Amino acid sequence: MTHPIPPGTRDVLPEEMRELRAICDRMRDRFEESGYGEIHTPALEYEEVLRRGEEHAAGARYRTFDEQGDVLALRSDMTIPIARVVATRYRGVEPPLRFCYFARAWRAAERGVGEPREFLQGGLELIGVPGAEGDAEVVALTIAALDEAGLRRHRIGVGDGSLYGSLLASLEVPADRHLPLLECLSRRDLVGLEMSASALGLGEREQELLVRLPELRGGREVLERAAAPARDAVEGLRALHELLEERGVADRVIFDLGLVRELGYYTGAVFEVYDPAVGFALGGGGRYDELIGRFGRDLPACGLALDVQRVHLAQAAEEALG
Amino acid sequence: MSRDLTIAVPRGALFHGTLDLLDRLGVDTSEVRSNERKLLFAEAGIVTMRPSDVPTYVEHGSADIGVTGKDVLLEQSQRRVYELLDLGYGHCRMVVAAREGGDPIGDALRRLGRVRIATKYPRVAAAHFAETGRQAEIVEVKGSVELAPLTGLVDGIVDLTATGRTLEENHLRVVEEIGVCTARLIANPVAHKLKGEQIDRIVEGIRIS
Repeated sequence: MTHPIPPGTRDVLPEEMRELRAICDRMRDRFEESGYGEIHTPALEYEEVLRRGEEHAAGARYRTFDEQGDVLALRSDMTIPIARVVATRYRGVEPPLRFCYFARAWRAAERGVGEPREFLQGGLELIGVPGAEGDAEVVALTIAALDEAGLRRHRIGVGDGSLYGSLLASLEVPADRHLPLLECLSRRDLVGLEMSASALGLGEREQELLVRLPELRGGREVLERAAAPARDAVEGLRALHELLEERGVADRVIFDLGLVRELGYYTGAVFEVYDPAVGFALGGGGRYDELIGRFGRDLPACGLALDVQRVHLAQAAEEALG
Repeated sequence: MSRDLTIAVPRGALFHGTLDLLDRLGVDTSEVRSNERKLLFAEAGIVTMRPSDVPTYVEHGSADIGVTGKDVLLEQSQRRVYELLDLGYGHCRMVVAAREGGDPIGDALRRLGRVRIATKYPRVAAAHFAETGRQAEIVEVKGSVELAPLTGLVDGIVDLTATGRTLEENHLRVVEEIGVCTARLIANPVAHKLKGEQIDRIVEGIRIS
């Protein structure tokens, strides 16, 4: 007889638990050392409140009713709950605010086998530090926390979520024709992107620009190679590069002008974390300058979340290399 | 080409086209060509597999890049892989076909309100009939799809055809074209960043050749 658990969930037994806890502890210590206090929020929130942060409640999929008939949702990330906390519990507190968390979140396992439905996220949020300065702090601290966790070869991909949209606007592509291209870009279907771009009826150079820009990734030279209409848009990334250089981690960053993140609340820089031992991104994040405003406190913010189980995979692979 | 890149090469219809392409890029494929049973060629950085497995290996990063048909990518659209290039070869059409004479699909829809369709591409078939506003019962088969309408299992099929000869020999005719499929170069999202230079070199090499 079997007693199944839902696909995408798992039991964690003592040996694995011990290792996961060690990773969380090391990362937490590093975060706390930099002034990021750990916070916890309820797993269940009012769906309506989560949706104030993002139309789709950042992909929350599990809902239930309470005894009053209100809809409760299992949170799908910690960013929206923390935005709510900042706008309520910290209403009168001067920014900047720094928080870290290690908490479970839930998403639908839409892609079938192997996709987690429940996962442990470790992350940080920096509230009230705008632009490149805030981005650099989050990127540098993530790199340092993963060093502490035992990773050696991790890198962070950095792009700008608004880059491609502003490029399309600067080429005077009508707004109603952006969507097919942005969809191809978020899947990195470069064949589809080329087809959609050629359907716009632009000149050869403009079309080339739309197809080639998302292929640009690498070190600082990438920012120089961006063609004129995109150059303004990469200004922010150039400033970020300088700050990362000061912090001595510029070589750990891969600028990626095609990087977009799926969640709707990102307004600027977006991040993805990679390790060569794992075929999937270990986590990601970005700048969300409008989210907290939707809860009534207009503050710029930036954050990043790591999937602790994937960090563990990378750490185990690193250990095996010796 | 750099050997620290692992390439998933599909066996079957795209096999020789892919090896020819790799030859042009300066990869030594002679061992792969001369060895039918071996699967892993560490020296050349090549792993061989059936085309429908290529997205799986590439998604998990067990291969950094790979070649597979657009038909496979359409059917496995949930896979997180990057589609980098249309390689042009392996040209096929994804079609709806039914028995010659009469209109079995139209008849079924008119009289029974739904059509039964056999296919190896259940998601592609279901999406095509949904998009065209017709109710379809999809019957997934693993082997020769052409058999299904001949035995009365289904009213029509959705399948990939290159020359149309197999369809013809089984007295089936194409009634709709869903799309054209060619070989595609795909990449693992993490490798696309961490091994960007090597992958770009291959993409450029293919664009030039």
